[in-house]
Amino acid sequence: MTRPTVLKLLSAALVFGAWEIAGRIPVSYAFPTFIESMQALFRMAGDGTLWNAYAETLKPLAIGILISAVLGIAIGLWTGLNEWFDWLFSPIFIVMQAAPLAALIPLLVMMYGIGLTSKVFVVCIMAMPVIVLNTAGAVRNTPHSLIEMGKSFLASRREVLTKIILPAASPVIFSGLRLGISAGFIGAILSELKITPTGVGDIISYSRSIADYASMYAAIFSIIALAVLFLNLLEKTEKLLFAGNVRGYASD
Amino acid sequence: MCVAMLQTNNVAADNHTTMDIAVSARNVSKNYGEVEALRDLTLEFPRGQLTSLLGPSGCGKTTLLKIIAGLLEPTAGEIEVNGSPVTGPGPDRAFVFQDFALLPWASVLRNVAFGLELRGVAKSEREDIAAKCIGDVGLAGFEHSFPHELSGGMRQRVGLARALSVDAQVLLMDEPFSAVDEQTRRKFQEDLLALVANENKTFLFVTHSIEEAVYVSDQIAILLPRPSRVSDIIRPTGLREKDISTIRRDPEYLDIVDQIWASLRSYVE
Repeated sequence: MTRPTVLKLLSAALVFGAWEIAGRIPVSYAFPTFIESMQALFRMAGDGTLWNAYAETLKPLAIGILISAVLGIAIGLWTGLNEWFDWLFSPIFIVMQAAPLAALIPLLVMMYGIGLTSKVFVVCIMAMPVIVLNTAGAVRNTPHSLIEMGKSFLASRREVLTKIILPAASPVIFSGLRLGISAGFIGAILSELKITPTGVGDIISYSRSIADYASMYAAIFSIIALAVLFLNLLEKTEKLLFAGNVRGYASD
Repeated sequence: MCVAMLQTNNVAADNHTTMDIAVSARNVSKNYGEVEALRDLTLEFPRGQLTSLLGPSGCGKTTLLKIIAGLLEPTAGEIEVNGSPVTGPGPDRAFVFQDFALLPWASVLRNVAFGLELRGVAKSEREDIAAKCIGDVGLAGFEHSFPHELSGGMRQRVGLARALSVDAQVLLMDEPFSAVDEQTRRKFQEDLLALVANENKTFLFVTHSIEEAVYVSDQIAILLPRPSRVSDIIRPTGLREKDISTIRRDPEYLDIVDQIWASLRSYVE
């Protein structure tokens, strides 16, 4: 086993150990131990409850994240390349990022109903601003000498964008994607708690109403685990696409 | 021995009389808003030789180089390369950047091949050419390293290999050695002299180091600031026939360095 793997396992053991101890004290009668929660998780996975819930939850989550990533990077590129688009779009996304989303949900429901559309909107409102703003900032900060280098070696405008600006901005775009996607996961659960209880949100609110706290925390744990898994996958993708972006640690 | 010396002198004289101009700048002015960076500057760059643009900071030497590269447009005047006017960057010129301007996400091989990639040369062909240029600058074995794994001097060798790979007749070098350490710089200067001798290319070399300019140049254009103009052109032709290892203690070398410093010192604040 490599040292990083050992450290990762140690970090997980620390968190789960603290959870177990806090559950045993107990800090609150509504806080189950880690082992109880895992038992509930395996029970729900065994009887299919969990998989059915995810079939529901993943719909707005996947659609919302896909829209946010594609549209967010596109709008971010525009605003980063063009002053006019910057003035037009940046305020919208800054407001969107600062808006108290939970308070806006009733408005969304009135406009788009209680179905999938509203939930996708919630995911997008959570995920898109940080993707747009990061992309725009990264594009604006492309080193000038790289662009000059491209021009002097006869790059077309399109090649400057695809071969210099985009890869140069990629580390910050990817960090925007990471932040945006984690916010999207929060948005998906929020929409299921605040609009209509479906999927994982339904497990959370139903288990709480019948005081089955172990199942409730198992559902929360599963969504966090999924988010972590997805973010790891994203990091692997980045490493695969831009090997030179990975330049070690400051202390090395 | 004497005969040989006479012959080289004759060759030098011949070069001088049949001087063929590769790049010429005519009445070039450049203003940045209110600031006058260049005023009515005229200068000619002989083919196959290395011309240095030397001057204190702020004298517009990099501006002139970027105008010749086609990266900046002059406010007035014109540039000709091989007789045709410059309207933008072209395949006849290649640029070596002060800060190397390497793509940090690309390997040495891809960086060197980047100019050819932008010209639409097929992958296998451009990688063959790039591999050869990497060998020429002494970086064989580092083809698959990334820029952040190389030292400053090695990074500039990558920048030089990239400029050589596109086989442009004119090489524009913007203070290429100012960001590398002293020992590496000396090695670079020696390599540059060999390059000028072996490749039939025209070199335009911006520097703020008097010693460096005298050491490597066939012609030195001294630029003075505010507004920029060519104050003097010096041709240390005598030095070019001498052994590179003894140039630095040659009386002619020391005289020229002193003379340039005397003419520049009043402009340095």
